[in-house]
Amino acid sequence: MALSKEQIAQRIAKEVKDGYYVNLGIGIPTLVANFVQNDINVEFQSENGILGMGPFPFEGDEDPDLINAGKQTITALPGASFFDSAMSFGMIRGQHVDLTILGAMEVSQNGDIANWKIPGKMVKGMGGAMDLVASAENIIVAMMHTNREGESKLLKNCSLPLTGVKCVKKIVTNLAVLEIIDGKFHLLERAPGVSVEEIQKATEGDLVVKGEIIEIKF
Amino acid sequence: MIKKTVANVQEACEGIADGMTFMLGGFGLCGIPENIISELVRKNIQNVTCISNNAGVDDFGLGLLLKKHQIKKMISSYVGENAEFERQMLSGEMEVELIPQGTLAQRCEAARSGIPAFFTPAGYGTEVAEGKETREFHGKMHIMEKAFEADFSFVKAWKGDEAGNLIFKGTARNFNPAMCGAGKITVAEVEELVPAGELDPNQVHIPGIFIQRIFQGEKYEKRIEQLTVRKRN
Repeated sequence: MALSKEQIAQRIAKEVKDGYYVNLGIGIPTLVANFVQNDINVEFQSENGILGMGPFPFEGDEDPDLINAGKQTITALPGASFFDSAMSFGMIRGQHVDLTILGAMEVSQNGDIANWKIPGKMVKGMGGAMDLVASAENIIVAMMHTNREGESKLLKNCSLPLTGVKCVKKIVTNLAVLEIIDGKFHLLERAPGVSVEEIQKATEGDLVVKGEIIEIKF
Repeated sequence: MIKKTVANVQEACEGIADGMTFMLGGFGLCGIPENIISELVRKNIQNVTCISNNAGVDDFGLGLLLKKHQIKKMISSYVGENAEFERQMLSGEMEVELIPQGTLAQRCEAARSGIPAFFTPAGYGTEVAEGKETREFHGKMHIMEKAFEADFSFVKAWKGDEAGNLIFKGTARNFNPAMCGAGKITVAEVEELVPAGELDPNQVHIPGIFIQRIFQGEKYEKRIEQLTVRKRN
């Protein structure tokens, strides 16, 4: 069975290590915070200006001056700090943030990513995504393997305007965990009950399958 | 002490004119200069260029200026959540320049700090880089971005004193500090204006030298864009 959005987040949470500062994008990436192990210390950064972001506030405790980059009301955990946007992106460009998890509309086999614009249709802007993907050493993309029309989102070349070039290293989809090495998608793990052939069929770009492909474990 | 206080929002906005470029602080609706935006709407200033991370929502924030067609051009990083904005952009009524969020912040800070241009990796290889100078540093490609030039910076802080010193609260800080001193004239509106000496100098986020005019806002709605809460057990 293909993974749910929660399960994609749960699998990505395993990549979050003790001592990491992590930036989570909007959508599936936001859910990752719910699945990080309790016995490790991690701080979440939101690029609008907080480190040490906590869960949503209890009803009635919401503060309009305390939101995340998705404009949702949040809380600050003990040890949190606030800062301005220039410093926030200094942290990001300066590679002080250890892991960036974000969504995508398309990823190409050389690690290009597109996630901010569909010409003539949807123009919301890149927000902080271009700064994040251009600077982060460690980027994981969380997305569905195919779009609503059933077309592959893992392509030879992106068709949409790019957000960044040669930057994505790892992708977790509803079907598989993949790594980008030397301009090709390498299949690492498959969703329980999903065959290598099914993943192959849903992947337009070059897919390398080496040896036994294990099922994703949580 | 050099006094920066003005009586009200009308006095604070003296000198604004059609065709000017304004910087406005805020992220979404958080930390926006609400009182100044109302004044811009009231004075019906036309053909303005706005440098602001977002464009408000349909009936609040910069959305109020949009509705009255006062904005000629927006320079922003993210403009979702505003149907009227999308309509004016797609129909070509309004010019829009979308730029990476970190670049937006740095172009403000550079303007404040006397740095005419800088190199950033953000946007390299994308349409953001079109027509811009590129250069390699440490084996990585960067694009040259220039400091903004603006007539006015409009910012909002939590507390301020007569000398123009500012303290921000929570994530309402966002783009406000980088815009202080980045425009030719910086106007700060604050929730609480106190006499000089009442703010601890150790706690001041932005020194008054960057501020030309400061006033206490009449009222703050502080609208929440996405209310997300947990149930109490």
